[in-house]
Amino acid sequence: MRKMQKGLFYLIWVTDRNPIIFQKASLVLPLLRYICRSFTRSSALLTRTHINYGVRGDVAVIRINSPNSKVNTLSQELHSEFMEVMNEVWSSSQIRSAVLISTKPGCFIAGADLNMLNSCTTSQEVTQISQEAQKMFEKLEKSTKPVVAAINGSCLGGGLELAISCQYRIATKDKKTVLGSPEVLLGILPGAGATQRLPKMVGRPAAFDMMLTGRGIRADRAKKMGLVDQLVEPLGPGVKPPEERTIEYLEEVAITFAKGLADKKITPKRDKGLVEKLTSYALSIPFVRQQIYKKVEEKVRKQTKGLYPAPLKIIDVVKTGIEQGSTAGYLSESQTFGELAMTKESKALMGLYRGQTQCKKNKFGAPQKEVKQLAVVGAGLMGAGIAQVSVDKGLQTILKDTTLPALGRGQQQVFKGLNDKVKKKTLTSFERDAMFSNLIGQLDYRGFEKADMVIEAVFEDLNLKHRVLKEAEAVIPDHCVFASNTSALPIGEIATVSKRPEKVIGMHYFSPVDKMQLLEIITTEKTSKDTTASAVDVGLRQGKVIIVVKDGPGFYTTRCLTPMMSEVIRILQEGVGPKNLDSLTTSFGFPVGAATLVDEGGVDVAKHVAENLGKMFGERFAGGSLEVLMQMISKGFLGRKSGKGFYIYQEGVKNKNLNSDMDSILASLKMPSQPDVSSDEDIQYRLVTRFVNEAILCLQEGVLATPAEGDIGAVFGLGFPPCLGGPFHFVDLYGAQKIVDRLRKYETAYEKQFTPCQLLVDHANNPNKKFYQ
Amino acid sequence: MAPHSSTLAWKIPWTEEPDFRMISLLTYTLKNLPNTSKWALRFCMRPLSSSSQLQAAAASQTKSKKTLAKPNIRNIVVVDGVRTPFLLSGTSYKDLMPHDLARAALSGLLHRTSVPKDVVDYIIFGTVIQEVKTSNVAREAALGAGFSDKTPAHTVTMACISSNQAMTTAVGLIASGQCDVVVAGGVELMSDIPIRHSRKMRKMMLDLNKAKTLAQRLSIISKFRLNFLSPELPAVSEFSTSETMGHSADRLAAAFAISREEQDEYALRSHSLAKKAQDEGLLSDVVPFKVPGRDTVTQDNGIRPSSLDQMAKLKPAFIKPYGTVTAANSSFLTDGASAVLIMAEEKALAMGYKPKAYLRDFMYVSQDPKDQLLLGPTYATPKVLEKAGLTMNDIDVFEFHEAFSGQILANLKAMDSDWFAQNYMGRKAKVGLPPLEKFNNWGGSLSLGHPFGATGCRLVMAAANRLRKEGGQYGLVAACAAGGQGHAMIVEAYPK
Repeated sequence: MRKMQKGLFYLIWVTDRNPIIFQKASLVLPLLRYICRSFTRSSALLTRTHINYGVRGDVAVIRINSPNSKVNTLSQELHSEFMEVMNEVWSSSQIRSAVLISTKPGCFIAGADLNMLNSCTTSQEVTQISQEAQKMFEKLEKSTKPVVAAINGSCLGGGLELAISCQYRIATKDKKTVLGSPEVLLGILPGAGATQRLPKMVGRPAAFDMMLTGRGIRADRAKKMGLVDQLVEPLGPGVKPPEERTIEYLEEVAITFAKGLADKKITPKRDKGLVEKLTSYALSIPFVRQQIYKKVEEKVRKQTKGLYPAPLKIIDVVKTGIEQGSTAGYLSESQTFGELAMTKESKALMGLYRGQTQCKKNKFGAPQKEVKQLAVVGAGLMGAGIAQVSVDKGLQTILKDTTLPALGRGQQQVFKGLNDKVKKKTLTSFERDAMFSNLIGQLDYRGFEKADMVIEAVFEDLNLKHRVLKEAEAVIPDHCVFASNTSALPIGEIATVSKRPEKVIGMHYFSPVDKMQLLEIITTEKTSKDTTASAVDVGLRQGKVIIVVKDGPGFYTTRCLTPMMSEVIRILQEGVGPKNLDSLTTSFGFPVGAATLVDEGGVDVAKHVAENLGKMFGERFAGGSLEVLMQMISKGFLGRKSGKGFYIYQEGVKNKNLNSDMDSILASLKMPSQPDVSSDEDIQYRLVTRFVNEAILCLQEGVLATPAEGDIGAVFGLGFPPCLGGPFHFVDLYGAQKIVDRLRKYETAYEKQFTPCQLLVDHANNPNKKFYQ
Repeated sequence: MAPHSSTLAWKIPWTEEPDFRMISLLTYTLKNLPNTSKWALRFCMRPLSSSSQLQAAAASQTKSKKTLAKPNIRNIVVVDGVRTPFLLSGTSYKDLMPHDLARAALSGLLHRTSVPKDVVDYIIFGTVIQEVKTSNVAREAALGAGFSDKTPAHTVTMACISSNQAMTTAVGLIASGQCDVVVAGGVELMSDIPIRHSRKMRKMMLDLNKAKTLAQRLSIISKFRLNFLSPELPAVSEFSTSETMGHSADRLAAAFAISREEQDEYALRSHSLAKKAQDEGLLSDVVPFKVPGRDTVTQDNGIRPSSLDQMAKLKPAFIKPYGTVTAANSSFLTDGASAVLIMAEEKALAMGYKPKAYLRDFMYVSQDPKDQLLLGPTYATPKVLEKAGLTMNDIDVFEFHEAFSGQILANLKAMDSDWFAQNYMGRKAKVGLPPLEKFNNWGGSLSLGHPFGATGCRLVMAAANRLRKEGGQYGLVAACAAGGQGHAMIVEAYPK
């Protein structure tokens, strides 16, 4: 079962291309600050809190540093303070140019204050916010005194829009310096002029790429694209901490450029390369332009399947600006921004973003002892993946297996994972070597006496897991945590042979470990709080988004997926073809079709899980017959790994064909289909409602601590459609009553499998009841 | 004489106009001098009196230790040392091979010391960019220079401190009783460097070598692509970080907030002092070299004191367009070789030599090759002083390798910073500044040149010769090297 999620890593076009927002971005929501500030605003006219402003010679240096926050966000207060300062700059006869810089390490401006948007109730209010920002940035763009944006750290969303309104940009060539427009990932668009300015600055293709994928651009690439004009190298230690001195140096360099611009010794215009010149010439031909819009739209339609409105709107707005002039463009930008902010999709995505921020924190506090030495038992796909995401964060890791070929395969997997990053130039070969030296491969338990945590990732077999636990406990020190990577075996059962069950915990990784962001941590009743804190800490250091759930059959993720899978088999038995089923599921927003998912995960694994959980949960998990999977296994149709499943998989063949041998299996096990619950929409909802109902039952039973963790687990681990925001957002946004109605309808056809759980019924009975208030 | 009045400022800084940026460093130095008047006195006395006794007495009064001799450990001495003139690469040495230059240094040493060839137990040379034909350049040069073919020789490499490593290896061989007489040296010929075929081309050529039939050969040749012909240059950048040294130096200067003007002023100081030393005949380690087919080379040709205005016109060489490291404030690519004769003291005395100096405690250090690539001297200096039981005040002569002005000034600032000492060196307080009036008084790598493998021996000989000339007892040699490594050694004057 743990392999079942293989293939899910191409989640959907949004989350898989979003190294920025869902991983790094910190469009933090300073709710408290927002409330507090509105109190003191009137008196704070002179004592600015976000901006400190001074004059060096004839250059105004505007330093941004929002108080009590790790990042600067473009809030209304920052907005007005900035405006105030700029007005002083423009009216002062002494000042000839300005530098805009953040003194916060690792952050220029991380984006707009999301609370500002969330507190709006109508699209008009949001449009208003957009128009104010547009006005300010237009003024900035038209400034006769050159303004240089000195960028160190994240420059995202509104931060980027501010930067590109300045006359010149200098960025530090630091890994933390990332420029991007991640708004699309929140279901909105850049609402402060970027849809109009970016295409002019970096060309339409690059601008579309930035705005449609939300991709973050590193400084060196930004320089090549023309997004920044100069780079500044980050500095090492001098007589001050490196970060501090780097910002100071950036400011010094920016000041010389500001002076140069004011003296007209430097021109902000940059030489365009031949390719760029040709592209811009081609784009001056209306026919070519139309073709390009068409092409981009087609691509977006294909990828979003019409489920995400923002990308198409972004294309529209850009087009309006180019074809009808910037006045129309800005108007369209602000209006569309308002509309998009009110869509369910945007609310779902913003909710996911918030949930993700929560799941990136350790609510169990710092562990008593930080894990420095990790040991992974089992060098299979999962074990090696866990080792990879550990060594590349500097964790000393032992990788143990029982045979040299198995170990060698695992070591090679880690090496390949790191080497692929070298090929993509995100790592140097030297960094790769240094990381790889954190890995020690071995066949025995030597060194386990110094381990702070052992993660076993051996085959899913209780006896084997028991043996590994006992062998490890014979060697490991008292404080060492023993974690089990399993997708379905209850941790409590694994812990029965432990001498110290308080140190035993489940860490359910998803395959491929280096691509899938989710980590499901499972605690038993005996697991100590410190053990949990330690597991969460390691997971966070491995870069994971973490949900912590209670032990039980299938925990949370596997448990939700299983009834849906049972329904998949039944639908196939009722005569819906695998291709048709796949297209129904992907068009609902799942990244991978349901039949393909079974193939990818492995038919044997699916059968194993269905059988086990079926026993535990009985009637509710019934549906399709296990016989289908069993016959597939007996014929060797184990899915992708054996070359055949519902589809035929051939090396180098991209379009997979149906496995015609499946017809006879499905025909022999055919079930009568019930026409009143078999429309395309019904099929989609039969799958989704079973999933959602089980998720809510997990919350009801206390397996889940919070709805947010349920949503994050479903979206990041199982590919639940992000546009729906996860099962809990889905119920909130689409209405519990509608879902209960659906369930009742299917209940009449299939009985208990669709009986809505009590918590869902409660929500349906009381429309004011929401999972997210 | 020195062509610029500003040159003199460095000799007697406290009398000069205060508009130098470096002045702050200097005034600081002065304040920290324990007894300025004594120094001033000595400074004035030196030209007047040659009474070595008087000087020795004055010096020994302030020393923490009378000598660094240790019980039960052999004293090791430098009998003498020589070097070829250091030339800008691509000039008179451009048609030579590295072993030719090394040979010239070895012959020069033989001539200078008249050491019988058969007493030399061992020969060690340092070099950085190896000529593939003479990868053990020490052996090839020794054979060609007429040393006994019974004297073994090996070559060491440790970037810019390669010949330091050659010397300290010699010290180790003698101290452990394995040898009594060792020649150590170094060579670098940047006029010619091994440019290779690309890996793909090399692989194809090797495969062709192994192919047995015509068909096999043809099939290998058919894989040939034009890009196989693009050559591979020896790396100019640090392997671990892919950053060139000049780039790192520019960042280092920025990290310590060292301005372009300060760097140019320091470079000008180096050139001016070198010019003065050359004119006064102080660079006595230089031996003339008759280059085959060319005139005899008698002196270094990279010493070019310019003016600050001229230097200010240069564009930054590495971080463009706003960096501070330029061609004028960096050491230049240099050809040259050096060699020193190292002996156990009793052996030298038995052979009737009057050695120049003792080689005492030494120290190798290493640190982060990215952000602290060139800070070796800062780390090595306090360690070697502590090891020897000396303080900064005991040192009469400082000879630091000058890779870049910015690097020297960054090291000085680092040594003067409590913050740096506490946060990066694990020390309670700063190392302290070497007084500039004792610092590289006869020029340095910026002006004399820097043949990577040969600079270490030049530093030691400069320290030894300055101690004899200026009358001090202890000299401190320090250098940085690629890979984030560093070296320091104490040179003690041999009693006259």
